[in-house]
Amino acid sequence: MPVPHFYHWFLKHRMTTRPFFEARQLACIRDDRVLFSGLDIQVHGGQVLLIEGPNGSGKTSLLRILTGLRNPDEGELYWCGTAVLELAALFYQDVAYVGHMNGMKDDLSASENLKFTQSLATATLSIDEGLHKVGLDGYQDTPIRYLSAGQRRRLALARLLCTKKRLWILDEPFTSLDKASIMLFESYIEDHVATGGIAIMTSHHDTGLPDHIVQKIELRS
Amino acid sequence: MTTPSLFNAFLSVVRRDLILAYRHRAELINPLAFFVMVVTLFPLAVGADVELLRRIAPGVIWVAALLASLLSMDALFRSDFEDGSLELMVMTPHPLSILVLAKVTAHWLLSGMPLLLITPLLAAMFDLQADVIGVLLTTLVLGTPVLSLIGAIAVALTVGLRKGGVLLAILVLPLYVPVLIFASGAVDSATAGLPVSGQLYMMCAMLFLAITLTPWPTAAALRMSLS
Repeated sequence: MPVPHFYHWFLKHRMTTRPFFEARQLACIRDDRVLFSGLDIQVHGGQVLLIEGPNGSGKTSLLRILTGLRNPDEGELYWCGTAVLELAALFYQDVAYVGHMNGMKDDLSASENLKFTQSLATATLSIDEGLHKVGLDGYQDTPIRYLSAGQRRRLALARLLCTKKRLWILDEPFTSLDKASIMLFESYIEDHVATGGIAIMTSHHDTGLPDHIVQKIELRS
Repeated sequence: MTTPSLFNAFLSVVRRDLILAYRHRAELINPLAFFVMVVTLFPLAVGADVELLRRIAPGVIWVAALLASLLSMDALFRSDFEDGSLELMVMTPHPLSILVLAKVTAHWLLSGMPLLLITPLLAAMFDLQADVIGVLLTTLVLGTPVLSLIGAIAVALTVGLRKGGVLLAILVLPLYVPVLIFASGAVDSATAGLPVSGQLYMMCAMLFLAITLTPWPTAAALRMSLS
């Protein structure tokens, strides 16, 4: 549908001040099964997008498509009004992804892992501050193979806090976290969103995030 | 604060891989031990005929180096793929091809470099002259990085497969052949007292072609393996 020109101008003007992530008509086909099609997503800075759905409904596939790791079978992604395919590397200045796998090296210490993350992105907090925020003080020099699953997950989430990214894409971020840590991270997500960031996440737990910032989509299997 | 420069990103990938390898020293020894074993067994099996040993030396050392390189290749992206750090490396503002080049550099420092260091010792067993050893080392300096760079493409293609080992060898060996031919040709010429510059220039050309051209297909193949 053609859009009036002034509306475009209006959108662009707004996008420069506030991040805006959009997916148009996404489709994903896996093993000859259509997981979803014609999916439209619009998330603005200050919002959390919660993707819900039963196991196997394509939540992880959707998130991987949104990160650009996987090509959608149909549809396109737009970041602040520009196609992600055009932005290429620029898009990744803004995206942080925590997937099923933590993406951490077991043989490196907690601080070495974070240092490596920071060496590929824009750093915000110091390593020690980051570890403090996730309650891993004193684990700086411990190889993370000696940490528990929950502690490792917290370290993976510390990556988000230590680097400056506006779009957080989180796949089941709270797996193996205890109640207190979940609450802590929800508060960090709220902080991130309050400063104009976007969070897109899947979660099986009921989130304690306030309703007015949460937008939900439901995938059906 | 700004995003670290591309050069710093390159260095930090190399440094990380070197640290990780240092913490897994035992695995580092494998290709080197293989190389040393194959090369030392030949004089024992063939006998102490000095003329014959001199003649087969370049071939034996190069075939052993090639197979040792192939042996270590599979580990290049494996652990990063399995623990998800490869995904994160794809999702950086830096070009993936340069980060790939960093990983291959680290891999060569760990697998190619030790071979270079041990080769003079092994060459002595084949009664090679000092100038021939010099040429042999030059071919290894120029040739083993090419093996790593070309191998990286095939490893990137097969990293998503559970049992990609044989496929990797089949994909990679034909591409290794030119390196093998020019390298052992150079050493042969040196043994015969002929000029070797032609072969060495050719190998230089291969090295620079490999450095400039292979990172892109490797990066593309990694993206495919991840999607």
